[in-house]
Amino acid sequence: MGNFLKNLYRNFGLPRLIILGFFLLLCVMAVMLELNFSELMSSSLVRIAMNGVLVLAILPSISCGTGPNFGVSLGILCGLVGGLIAMELQLNTYTNFFMAIIFSMPFAVLVGLGYGFVMNKVKGSEMMFAMFIGWSAVSLMKIFWLLAPFKNPEMAWPIGRGVRVTISLVNRGVAQLLNNTWSFKVGDLTIPTGLILFFLLCCLLVWLFMRSKTGVAMLAAGDNPRFATAAGINVDRQRIIGSVVSTMLGAIGIIVYAQSFGFYQLYEGPHFMPMIAVAAILIGGASIKKASIANVIIGVVLFQGILVVAMPVFNVFTQDMASMAEISRVVIQNGIILYALTQIVSGGD
Amino acid sequence: MSKTGLRATENNSPGKYRQAIISFLTKHMVTIMFVILSVLGLYLSGMNSTLYISDIISRVSRNSFLVLSLIIPVMAGMGLNFAMVLGAMAAQAVIIFVTDWGVGGFPGIMLCIVLVTPLAILLGYLTGKLLNKTKGQEMITGLILGFFAAGIYWFIFLQLVGGIIPMDNEVLLLSSGVGVRTTIDLTGGLRYGLDDVWRLSLPTVMMALGTLYALIKLFTFIRSDRQGESRTGFIYGIILSLVVAVAGLLISNSDSLVNNINVPAATWIAIAGLCLFLHFFNKTKLGQDMRTVGQDRHVAAVSGIEVDKVRIIAIMFSMVFASWGHIIFLQNMGAWSTYGSHEQIGFYATAAILIGGATVSRATIGQALLGVFLFHTLFIVAPAAGREMYGDAQIGEYFRVFVAYGVIGLTLALHAWKTRLQSKQKLQALDK
Repeated sequence: MGNFLKNLYRNFGLPRLIILGFFLLLCVMAVMLELNFSELMSSSLVRIAMNGVLVLAILPSISCGTGPNFGVSLGILCGLVGGLIAMELQLNTYTNFFMAIIFSMPFAVLVGLGYGFVMNKVKGSEMMFAMFIGWSAVSLMKIFWLLAPFKNPEMAWPIGRGVRVTISLVNRGVAQLLNNTWSFKVGDLTIPTGLILFFLLCCLLVWLFMRSKTGVAMLAAGDNPRFATAAGINVDRQRIIGSVVSTMLGAIGIIVYAQSFGFYQLYEGPHFMPMIAVAAILIGGASIKKASIANVIIGVVLFQGILVVAMPVFNVFTQDMASMAEISRVVIQNGIILYALTQIVSGGD
Repeated sequence: MSKTGLRATENNSPGKYRQAIISFLTKHMVTIMFVILSVLGLYLSGMNSTLYISDIISRVSRNSFLVLSLIIPVMAGMGLNFAMVLGAMAAQAVIIFVTDWGVGGFPGIMLCIVLVTPLAILLGYLTGKLLNKTKGQEMITGLILGFFAAGIYWFIFLQLVGGIIPMDNEVLLLSSGVGVRTTIDLTGGLRYGLDDVWRLSLPTVMMALGTLYALIKLFTFIRSDRQGESRTGFIYGIILSLVVAVAGLLISNSDSLVNNINVPAATWIAIAGLCLFLHFFNKTKLGQDMRTVGQDRHVAAVSGIEVDKVRIIAIMFSMVFASWGHIIFLQNMGAWSTYGSHEQIGFYATAAILIGGATVSRATIGQALLGVFLFHTLFIVAPAAGREMYGDAQIGEYFRVFVAYGVIGLTLALHAWKTRLQSKQKLQALDK
C-alpha cells in the first residue's frame, strides 16, 4: 500500500494531487452546503465538453515535439474568421455550424503550415515564441476586426466599420445547437448528448490519426528526434504536420465553444484561451513532452469541474465570489504550468 | 567567439561589402525598423513638437529605471527577466500601505524604498531558486510566474485587505470594506514625490548636460594619448556638446514654448546613478562571474564559480531595481490600476529594451535608453497616427500593443534561429 501511494505520488506529482484534493473538497462542500448538485453536474458536463476540443488541440503539438501549443490562439482566430464568414452568409443552424468549420479549415491549414515552418527555426524556445506570436496575432486581428468588411447587421456596428465585440448566435439558431441535440434528462441532470458526442468524435479521430502511418511517424519524431532521423523520418516535416493538426483543432474548438457559449468573442476574447487549454492537459497528467487522449479528458474534467463547482461554493464564504473564482483559476492554471516547466529541465541540462 | 567566426567567413567571400551591409542591417533590423516606424508615425500624426517633447520626456523619465533593471539577468545568461513583475507587485503593495498611513512626498518615497527592498530581495531569492530548476526555459518560467504571483497578489488585496489584514480607509477600500479599489490615485500623497524634489527647465538641462559632456570628454582626452582616434573622438564630442549647450542657451533666451517643459532632475539623477552602478558593476568580480556564467555555465562551474548562487544574485538585483523603478513609475503616473499595471510594465519594458537593439543574450545601458526613447515615441504617435489615417485612435492603440508583442516574438525567433545557425556552423567546422 505504501509503495502504491509512493508510486502514485511520483507519477502524479504533488501539484496534481493538490488539485485533485481541492476538487474533491469542493464537491464535498457543495454537497454539505446542499447546493443543487445535479444542476452543478449539468453545467460541468457542458463546460467540459465545450472546452474539450480546445484542450485536444494541445495534444498534437506536444506529441510532435513542439511543446504545448501556447500559440493555439492562431487556430482560434482562424475559427473565428470561419465563423464570421458563415454568419455573413446568414446560414442557419447545422449548416452554419458545419460551414463555419469548413470555411475556417483553409485558413487553419495555411496558418498551421507557416507556424510549423517557423517553429522549426526556433527549436529550443518554441513555447516562448508560440506565446508571443499568439498574442501579437490576437492584437493584429483586433485591427482586422475594426476594419473588417462584414455587412451583416448582426455583426457590424450600426455606424462606421468593423465588427462588434461579441456576436450573438441566437438568431441563427446556432446557440446551444449541439448541446440540445439528442439531449435528455436523468432526474434533474441534463445530458448534452450532441456536444459530448462531438467531443468524443474529435477524440476518436485524433486517436485514429495517431495510429495512422503519419501519426506514428509524428509520435516518433516528437519522442526522440535523433532516433527518428536515424529511422529515416523527416522530423521537421512531422513537426509541421503536428502544428497544422493543432491549429485545425483550435479552429474547430472555438466554434464548438462559441455555439455552446452563444457568442463569438472577438478582440480580447482569445488572448488567454491557450493558457487555459494548456493548463487543462497538464492537470490531466501530460508533461511538456508527452501527452495522451486520456490526459486531455481527465484534465478537462478536473479543471472545468473545479471552475464550475468553485463559484457557488465561494459564494457562501465571500461577497466577492466572481473574483475568488477567477483567482483560483489563475493560481491553479499557472501553478500547474510552472510545475510542468520544472519537470522538464530537472533531468536535463 | 562566435562573432569572430562569422567575420572570418565574411572576409573569405567575394561580396565583402555587400555582406557587411546585410549583416549590419540584419543585426540592427529591429532598431532600424523602429526608427522608420517612429519617424513615419511622427509625420503621419502631424503632432505638435512641443507636446511630443514634453510627453516623451515624462515617459522616458518614468520608464528608464524599469528598463535598466532588465540588464543584469541578461548578463548572467538568464534572458529577459519577465519575473520583474513580481518586483513591481511588491512596489504596488508597499505603495498601498504607505498611502494608507498617509505618508506622502519625498519622505513617503524613501519609506517605500526602505520597505520594498527586503521584500524584493526575498522575492528575487525565491524566483532565482525556481529559475535554477528550469535552466534554459527561464523566460517562459518568469512569464508564467508573473501570472501566478498576480493571482496571489489579487487574493491578498481583493480578499484579505480590510478583512484578515486590517485596513480602515474609505478612500482606498471598496465600499464593502474588503478589498482595495481597482484604481488608486496618489494625488496629494506620493504623487511626484521624487519628481518634485528638483525640477529644471529643459533648456537649462540641455546647457548643463552639454557642459558636463564636454568636461568628461576633456578629462578622458587629457588622460589618453591625445592622438588619432581619441583626438577625432574628442573633437566630435566637443562639437556635439557645444551644439546641445548652445541650442539650450538660444531656446532659453527665446519665447519658445519649450521653456515651459520641465525635467524631473531628481529622477534623472536616480537613473544616471543606476547607469553608473551598472557600468562599474560590469568590472567587479561578481559582474565578471555573471558574464562567465552567461557565456557558458559549464565553463563557469569548472572554473570554480557557484553558478546557481550567481544566478540567484542576478535575479535579486533585477528584482530590487524593478521595484524601485516601479515606485518611480507610479509616483509619476499618479493614478494607476491596482490589479493591472504590473502586468503591462513587464511587457513594455522588455519590448523597449529589445527595440533598442538588445537580444536575449546581450543588453547594454545605451540599448536600454535608446529603446525606451523609440518605443515610447511610437506609443505617443501611434494613436494620433491611427486617428489621422483611419479616423480611429483605437487602431493606433491596438497597433502599438501588436508591436510590443510582435517585437518580443520576432527578436526571440531571430535569436533562437541565430543560435541554431551558429551551433550548426560549429558542428560543420568540427567535421572539417
